[in-house]
Amino acid sequence: MIARCLILLASLSASAVGAQGFAGLGTTTQGFAMPDAQKALTFPRDHLSHDAFRIEWWYLTATLDGADGRDYGLQWTLFRTAMEPGEDVGWSSPHVWLGHAAVTTPDRHFAAEKFARGGIGQAGVSGDPFDAWIDDWQLVSDDAEFEVMRARAGASTWGYEVSLTANGPLVAHGEGGYSVKSPSGQASHYYSQPFFAVSGVLTLPDGPVAVTGKGWLDREWSSQPLAEDQSGWDWFSLSFDSGDKLMAFRLRDGGAGFRSGTWISADGQVQRLGDDQIVATPLDLVAVAGRDIPVRWRLQVPLYGVDVEVSALNPNSWMDLSIAYWEGPLTVSGSHQGRGYLEMTGYE
Amino acid sequence: MSHWRRQPLQLVILGLGLALATALWSAVQAINAEARASYSQASEQLAAGTGAVIDRPGSDIAVETYARMRRAGWDVAPVLQGRIAVAGRQLTVVGIDVLTHPAAAVILGDTADLSESVTGEGRLFARPDLQTALATTPGLPPIVSNPAIPPGEVWTDLSVAERLLNRAGRLSHVLVLQSDHEALEPESFASGLRLRPEGSQDTAQLTRSFHLNLTAFGFLAFGVGLFIVHGAIGLAFEQRRTLFRTLRALGVPLQKLVLVLSFELLGLAVFAGAAGLVLGHVLAAALLPDVAATLRGLYGAPVEGALGFRWHWAVAGLSMAVGGAVVAGASALVKLRHLPILAGSTVSVWAEVGRVGIRRQAMGGVFLAALGALVFVVADGLVAGFALLAGLLLGAALCLPLCLAGVLKLGQVVARGPVAQWVWADARAQLPGLSLALMALMLALATNVGVSTMVSSFRLTFTGWLDQRLAAEIYVTARDDTQGAEITSWLAPRVQAVLPIRSATDQLNGQSATIFGIIDHQTYRLNWPLLDAVPDVWARVAKGQGVLINEQMALRQDVSLDDILPFAGQSLPVVGVYSDYGNPRPQAIVGMDLLLSLYGDVPNYRFAIRIPAQEVDALRAAIAERFDLPPGGVRANTEVKQFSKAVFENTFVVTGALNALTLGVAGFAILTSLLTLWTGRLPQIAPVWSMGLTRKTIAMVELVRSLLLAAFTALVAVPVGLGLAWVLLNVINVEAFGWRLPMFLFPADWAILAGLALFAAALAAGWPSWRMARVTPAELLKVFANDR
Amino acid sequence: MLKIDTVTKSYGNAAQKHEVLRGVCVELAAGETLALTGESGSGKSTLLHLAAALDGFDSGEIVLNGIAYSGLDDRGRARLRRETLALVFQQFSLVPSLTVAENILFHARLAGRPDPSWAAEVTERLGLAALAQRWPEALSGGQQQRVAIARALAARPQLLLADEPTGNLDEDTGTRVLDLMLDLVRETGAALWLVTHSDAVARRVGRRVHLSSGVLS
Repeated sequence: MIARCLILLASLSASAVGAQGFAGLGTTTQGFAMPDAQKALTFPRDHLSHDAFRIEWWYLTATLDGADGRDYGLQWTLFRTAMEPGEDVGWSSPHVWLGHAAVTTPDRHFAAEKFARGGIGQAGVSGDPFDAWIDDWQLVSDDAEFEVMRARAGASTWGYEVSLTANGPLVAHGEGGYSVKSPSGQASHYYSQPFFAVSGVLTLPDGPVAVTGKGWLDREWSSQPLAEDQSGWDWFSLSFDSGDKLMAFRLRDGGAGFRSGTWISADGQVQRLGDDQIVATPLDLVAVAGRDIPVRWRLQVPLYGVDVEVSALNPNSWMDLSIAYWEGPLTVSGSHQGRGYLEMTGYE
Repeated sequence: MSHWRRQPLQLVILGLGLALATALWSAVQAINAEARASYSQASEQLAAGTGAVIDRPGSDIAVETYARMRRAGWDVAPVLQGRIAVAGRQLTVVGIDVLTHPAAAVILGDTADLSESVTGEGRLFARPDLQTALATTPGLPPIVSNPAIPPGEVWTDLSVAERLLNRAGRLSHVLVLQSDHEALEPESFASGLRLRPEGSQDTAQLTRSFHLNLTAFGFLAFGVGLFIVHGAIGLAFEQRRTLFRTLRALGVPLQKLVLVLSFELLGLAVFAGAAGLVLGHVLAAALLPDVAATLRGLYGAPVEGALGFRWHWAVAGLSMAVGGAVVAGASALVKLRHLPILAGSTVSVWAEVGRVGIRRQAMGGVFLAALGALVFVVADGLVAGFALLAGLLLGAALCLPLCLAGVLKLGQVVARGPVAQWVWADARAQLPGLSLALMALMLALATNVGVSTMVSSFRLTFTGWLDQRLAAEIYVTARDDTQGAEITSWLAPRVQAVLPIRSATDQLNGQSATIFGIIDHQTYRLNWPLLDAVPDVWARVAKGQGVLINEQMALRQDVSLDDILPFAGQSLPVVGVYSDYGNPRPQAIVGMDLLLSLYGDVPNYRFAIRIPAQEVDALRAAIAERFDLPPGGVRANTEVKQFSKAVFENTFVVTGALNALTLGVAGFAILTSLLTLWTGRLPQIAPVWSMGLTRKTIAMVELVRSLLLAAFTALVAVPVGLGLAWVLLNVINVEAFGWRLPMFLFPADWAILAGLALFAAALAAGWPSWRMARVTPAELLKVFANDR
Repeated sequence: MLKIDTVTKSYGNAAQKHEVLRGVCVELAAGETLALTGESGSGKSTLLHLAAALDGFDSGEIVLNGIAYSGLDDRGRARLRRETLALVFQQFSLVPSLTVAENILFHARLAGRPDPSWAAEVTERLGLAALAQRWPEALSGGQQQRVAIARALAARPQLLLADEPTGNLDEDTGTRVLDLMLDLVRETGAALWLVTHSDAVARRVGRRVHLSSGVLS
């Protein structure tokens, strides 16, 4: 989802934050391609990089059950950002790649990042078969693209290697993948594969843990997904025990904010949820990394009888990286049971 | 102590002497400290990481190889480093990946927009002074000022560095950022890659000798300065002798008197030392740009041209001042301790000590010289060389009074008239009191002779060498091999010869060396500055049957003709040794075919062109018009020579300045010594005057005597200076720079120097002599007065 | 031979003038010996210094062998001292950088009449032969005085001026040195003017004048 873009341009120009929205996402789009509502998604082409757009990401989260009986979560993300339109070879390529990876346990949160320049092969996305990588972190399809995949990432003291098998179709958000982000029309191209069954091994400081669970892969690209006055977002991806799934986000601004979402039935049918169909209410503020962050929410989608309370598996799921934000697994209770992921950015 | 109020001049001399000594010493120290700080700043701040690098001896690394390392999970950062000539100066270009380099944040500073540095023409980062200097240079990207960048370097993104250095897709090395790198095996990515500790010691090691040189000079200057202080303190004590005697007679305990005087001395030392520090700082600030230029030109060492202030420097300088005052004052205090309450005539006490002292000094001098020689024979290296030097200089200085005494005695024997006889005898009698000052003069003169002989010999050799080495008329640097090939084929019909300049770097006997390949051409046969070679040297090089090495390598690695040199899996005999001044590193030359077979397709974009001299300008213009060359891509040999000579002259500016100052200080020492002797002078003069010599004659005699002593001192100084020059050329230079130079003699310079010495002596003796001519009979008669 | 005529001499500046000699008149014939006595500070030495052309005087005239001092410049006076006169002081008479032998010959050579055999005789008679190669500073006070006397006599001056030549010596030594000096003076035919504060010494000399309050009697 959009929310996830922590793009790094701003990591080296911190002044952009605040004045121009989170992590520079609110900056102008001169020379870059703009999302086009008329443009239908085509696969496998759209799994790959869209160099004409300014920002893009491949974003995997998974809620996991450990063989040790504990709950876990993992994140694998590859961002691409272009400093200027066009492409060039070698070091002159305008593309910069950024990788984020994390593993969350009930009491620990491990996060790491990678930087790479485009054009030299250190990071990138290639097709046939699909392969997205930065350094030794990788998200790769061995077989049918976006059906059977492997993901690995880590740092010196932790890491993971998991395989993913899709149990359902790709899901286009918004109108056929054209996802609107603000009342004034900012938008992105956005689709997901939320039906991954995950199995693999987490390597933690205390030793390896075999895990199984559910994965959700987001693909999104745009050139200016946020309005100038939007300061951050809260993004939810929930998998209910019923097999239904919910993606919902709230973009914060000075006023009422902007909500949007997608209801995904167990059989893969999608229903777009508008601004007035979602109610997201923060419940508890917890001090994390010197900020007050809502790690417990009440989430309501009256249309589908959803009235749940979601709470963080580990309130300290702080991604303490060049661009810092909160991202971690959730447990869902209330009208529906289940698990999910929450990302919150722009909390100062 | 009201004494100083009555004798303000003495106070000034004492203070000035100590201040000068401290200034010279602390200036040198400040320069050294600044340079060292620059090195460590450069290596710490910017070469951050684990200190390990991966490189490929004799070649560079493909960017793809780097990417494969990253994909294998290695935490490494790419660097492309090289030198370019821009606007007549050599720049080190350091290209980094601003995303992965550990010091990227330091480099970029508060640059607002990363993308500016990476996209388009990019940005260069340089120190403010370099930024200013390069600001208007065409063909360079905009330069961002950043004081963290080492002097003489421009840092930039790799995308920019590739263009500036014409090395697209290549890396000079890769920084290893992970601490657990011992097990890394870079060979698995590409043959020839190796992991090694980063050579940050390189600069420090190369420049160590230079700093040792400076330090030695500083010590010399300090020593000479101490002569002045010694003279001034001696004078002050001498004049207060009567007072001391009275005080003692009145019952002031000796201990207390000594204590009070020590404190007085200490206070003066602190004041004068502080003044010296200020002076030293000013001096260092004035000299530093040249030192910096030298270090950059000679070693490529990063040194900034601006001077900072360091506390430990100030404390050390002040300690030297106090220590120096204590050393200089100790003898006076000891004399005071042994001063009988009712002493006899002052003159006799001092003179008697003097006569015995001269012999003892000379023995000490011989011992020191022998010790220096012994250290040199037993030990090795630069320090041993300096020990030899120190032994030579100190030994000669200590022997000087005895030598002079001998000469003067001879003069006295030979002298005809009574006045002449008296002049010689009197000069001899004055010797003990003047000997320290004369030693100072001798040291200053010898150093001058030695250093100027070295510099002039070096200059002569260097200029001749430049003519040989830069035999080709035009040097061309293309952007890359492709352009190089175009230029070559374009030039072929237009010139007499195009000589490719291609090289690889490799380890030779464990030291990083550049290996050049040459084609077989008359240019080399006729001009190359061989120091030593087998008869058919060029034929053997052409056939790939031998290697030429530079003198540095031959001397440092003890390799000589016909020795077998293993490199790149081959073993070749050394068939020649050539001089290679101005380059601190080992270098070798092989036939072009051999170079290519050993190191593969090494870059081929630099050429030397032979054409008739009158066509140089036209061809330069034609090349510049026809091809889009990088800045400084075409240079005539005259420009290169000019640049090299400028670097050379810069190198010795500091030496020259210190030289002149030392001589000045020595002249000052003579003056203070003469003034010290003045008090004891009247009783010596009065009898002669009473026997019928006019005061004018006596004043002339005073002057002549000083000139005589200075002249003989100069006479002694010349051979000592030549000895010094010999040691500098054959020992110090070899250790410090790696080359041995032939010694040339410049008698005209000695004459000028001797003239200067006489001038300094005349100047120093002029005032006492003038006073002598003006002294009233009454003053002279007081000598005979009963109540003295 | 020496005529001092109404000579006055004062020290100090106009405001604080100290008159040392007030119209001193005295004459000395060739070969004559004269003692000059007086209280300490009475101006004996000053008078002798004036006679020796070492210092200038305020008024009056001194004439030696027909040469008036007032007409002489620095060089003329130096020449007079060199060629006609010889001086012996109480102390500091010797050139410290010359040996005893060199000292003894020094004045004679300056005067342009070195006579080594005469110098040797004087040396011998004054008992200095064994000390010839010593340096002045290595001699006792009596020895130094004898060297000074030897040097003066070796120069064969026409007038020998001596300022307390034995003042630094004990009585016995003083007497012996004085005797020797008087003998040698007689032999060379030189005139001697000797300053002393000792009656005993003055009595041994032919004539005697007394200086008191700047006036001779």
